[in-house]
Amino acid sequence: MRVVSNEMTSTETPGFEIDPGALRHLADAQMNVELDTGDMILNLGPQHPATHGTLRLVVRLDGERVVAADPVIGYMHRGYEKLSEFRTYPQITTLINRIDWLSSFANEVPFVHAAETLMGIEAPPRAEWIRTILTELSRIATIYLFLGEMGLQVGALTPAFWGFRDREHVLNLIEGATGGRFHPNFNRIGGLKDDLPWGWIADCRDAMKRILDGCDDFEDVLVGNEIFEARTRGIGIIPGELGALYGVSGANLRASGVDWDLRRDGKPYLAYPELDFKVWTHSDGDSFARYWVRLQETRESARMVLQLLDGLPSGPIMAKVPRIIKVPEGEAWVETENPLGQMGYYVVSKGATGPFRVKIRSASFSNVSILPWLLQGVYVPDVITILGSLYFILGDIDR
Amino acid sequence: MTTLALDIGWGTTTAIKTLIVLMIIPAGALILGYTFLLKMMSHMQSRLGPMDPGGFHGWFQLVGDGIKFLQKEDIMPAEADRRVFAMAPAVVVISTFLIFLVIPAGPRLVVRDLDVGVFYALAVSSLSVVGVLMAGWASANKFALLGALRAAAQLIAYELPLLLAVVGVVIQAGTMNLQGIISAQQNGSIFGFGGLGNPYILTQFVGFFLFLIAAQAELTQTPFDMPVAESELVAGYMVEYTGFRFLFFFIGEFGTAFAFAALAATLYLGGWSIPGVHGGIADWLGPIVLMVKLMAVAFLMFWARFTYPRLREDQLQAIAWKYLIPIGLLNIVVTAIIKVAV
Amino acid sequence: MALKKKLPGVISGLGVTFRTMMEGAVTVQYPHEKEDPPPRARGVIALKEENCTACMLCGRSCPDWCIYIEGHKELAPPRREGGKPRSVNILDRFDIDYGLCMYCGICVEVCPFDALFWSPEYEYSEPRISDLLHDKTKLGEWMDSVPEPEPLELGAEPPKAKKS
Repeated sequence: MRVVSNEMTSTETPGFEIDPGALRHLADAQMNVELDTGDMILNLGPQHPATHGTLRLVVRLDGERVVAADPVIGYMHRGYEKLSEFRTYPQITTLINRIDWLSSFANEVPFVHAAETLMGIEAPPRAEWIRTILTELSRIATIYLFLGEMGLQVGALTPAFWGFRDREHVLNLIEGATGGRFHPNFNRIGGLKDDLPWGWIADCRDAMKRILDGCDDFEDVLVGNEIFEARTRGIGIIPGELGALYGVSGANLRASGVDWDLRRDGKPYLAYPELDFKVWTHSDGDSFARYWVRLQETRESARMVLQLLDGLPSGPIMAKVPRIIKVPEGEAWVETENPLGQMGYYVVSKGATGPFRVKIRSASFSNVSILPWLLQGVYVPDVITILGSLYFILGDIDR
Repeated sequence: MTTLALDIGWGTTTAIKTLIVLMIIPAGALILGYTFLLKMMSHMQSRLGPMDPGGFHGWFQLVGDGIKFLQKEDIMPAEADRRVFAMAPAVVVISTFLIFLVIPAGPRLVVRDLDVGVFYALAVSSLSVVGVLMAGWASANKFALLGALRAAAQLIAYELPLLLAVVGVVIQAGTMNLQGIISAQQNGSIFGFGGLGNPYILTQFVGFFLFLIAAQAELTQTPFDMPVAESELVAGYMVEYTGFRFLFFFIGEFGTAFAFAALAATLYLGGWSIPGVHGGIADWLGPIVLMVKLMAVAFLMFWARFTYPRLREDQLQAIAWKYLIPIGLLNIVVTAIIKVAV
Repeated sequence: MALKKKLPGVISGLGVTFRTMMEGAVTVQYPHEKEDPPPRARGVIALKEENCTACMLCGRSCPDWCIYIEGHKELAPPRREGGKPRSVNILDRFDIDYGLCMYCGICVEVCPFDALFWSPEYEYSEPRISDLLHDKTKLGEWMDSVPEPEPLELGAEPPKAKKS
């Protein structure tokens, strides 16, 4: 689905033929006529260092200012909803890891919850707590990387590497528990596949301490930096109500002052009702606010993981489920607070081993829909800052 | 030049000096590039940088890159203005070379000790703006042109703080001749204590600061690298250049960094001189001392480059015109008052 | 620790990069130095042939259909004197195409006879993609690198003994 703004329609993207010899005359004509700059169509093409993947942004420029912008998505569409029609529940769990590949564990959770709701099973408390720990670890992995690479978008080369460096510890933890760094495939209907290995809790505490120290570094190098503030303050302000209307969710909305977090405000899921955590908001709604909110959220997640480790209950890791899982007929909608925003699965089951239809509501799809409105009238370098601060993942947009 | 037993004419001497300088530029660019770009940046990013090429900590990496660039196909865009496109990198490198003509590496180790040394150095360093504009225009590429126009605006804007900073030094030294500035620092004294000489960084610290910022902008390094980090969009004015033409730009960039660092070391730290060391030994010690001081200044420049994000064009222009130039003027006024009064 | 706002951000930022430079690099210089993956890491799948009965459960549950199994039935001698010959499944071909495999682990999990195991070995890349099809013999060789099941954290239930 492409958002069509008022001024630019899909037919206006460059499909016209230009004779190559005329190009030079065209360029000359533009430069010779004084003070008459026509609009230039710029293609931040699917291959681009700044668009986090295969997002194409067709912008119309008047000199340095953007007149209209049109995101073109779908270059990475992999057809998850169609694939899900022909796969069983365990097979779908392996596939949906790859929707938002940075926070892969968090993608599985709402789907498995939907299936468990339909079957009427509840996972044992230990499984729910470990699921929460792994979800928060994926949240830290994703957003910590954002903290580093937002610096890269505005020009600071160094913090991006620190983002990757400290994230390694979190990925090693996830690998130690699940076997896969990026695609854990650990959720099963009724619980988890395995319990945690010996020594994991101590390693987790060390890693969280490192994350907290790393967040302090980012605060010194980026948040406090006057140049960073000059580049991000006042850029890309999303008013709270407008953001909510467009479906923007997650830290993007919380940075506009809307105090909404599904972990606290939505239907209770996982171990969040038993946790004591703060939801961070900021009133400005600009790119700086989005960065700041995510920085605080990372710290909050690290503290939540430490709380969870302290209170981990003992017990079985898997509820009693039949060998061949046939989910009874029904429909279930589960939405969760994923690192990128609000993610939801609508699962329709007709009693078979696989679902009849899975509809995936992904966070970045709605976050990107605000771009035509948001990018009007900004300078070209600010386009990059705004794209960076919204933090979408292409797999999440295109599924 | 040191007097030799043979009597070689002026032409040969100049030719030899020119050759030496031509060899120094890529060597200097390589040293700076390896130490700071490859190793210092890597360690600041918690990684090692190249380790394998050449065996010992990857010292051969940049030489290998140079060879790689030389053997690439020479592509010119179909619409490009061929002669201007070819000349642009040469203009940039020539302007770098011309700066080196006046930088002294010892009491007699200078190609041409001009009386207007500093003025000449800053004047020829501005020639690179012409090269950048030529590159952007001749590439027949909208993005290259945008990058070149931004670069031109930025480079011209930051010429002024550079000049104003240097004027403070000139007033304090009383001469524009670089050897004269160095000997004024070497033989000066701080409140009567002559042991350290009088490096102008102490009295002209405002000027030093201005010089560093302006030099950073002249080299289009972060936080002023908007013309080149059009790699947000494409690659700025150098986008259509490949192979050895790109190598020229690269050498020009790091060679100019070398030159500016040498200039800063000369103007503010005393160049090749150590107070109290005169005569023959200074001929041998001079280049080494200059190198050490130059690397210290370059360290500061590159440290800032790897830490800061980049400023937007309008913000950078605002800083130059609204803040740096008034500070520079103030610096000159204060220096002049103190020089006359004290 | 985060510096208090005594210093302007531009200065404290320089301090952080300088300190990081002094702390040394974290690079592990592969292939001269190698890190050990955790024992549970999903590197390669190993086959214990004597346990496999060619029941085809793994091949059917693979999301990518990358397991190729062929088997046939044979008559084995009866267990006791005077009994019927019983038919057993003999495994002819068991190939896993690692060019297709997505390392999800469903096959290892659904195997009722514990014939498939995960091993953390990861250095088996090949110049030709057709060499990524590991046959029965090669999968059996991977069994040597399968780690022992490791102890679980405090509070976990002891693992149930599975039939072998």
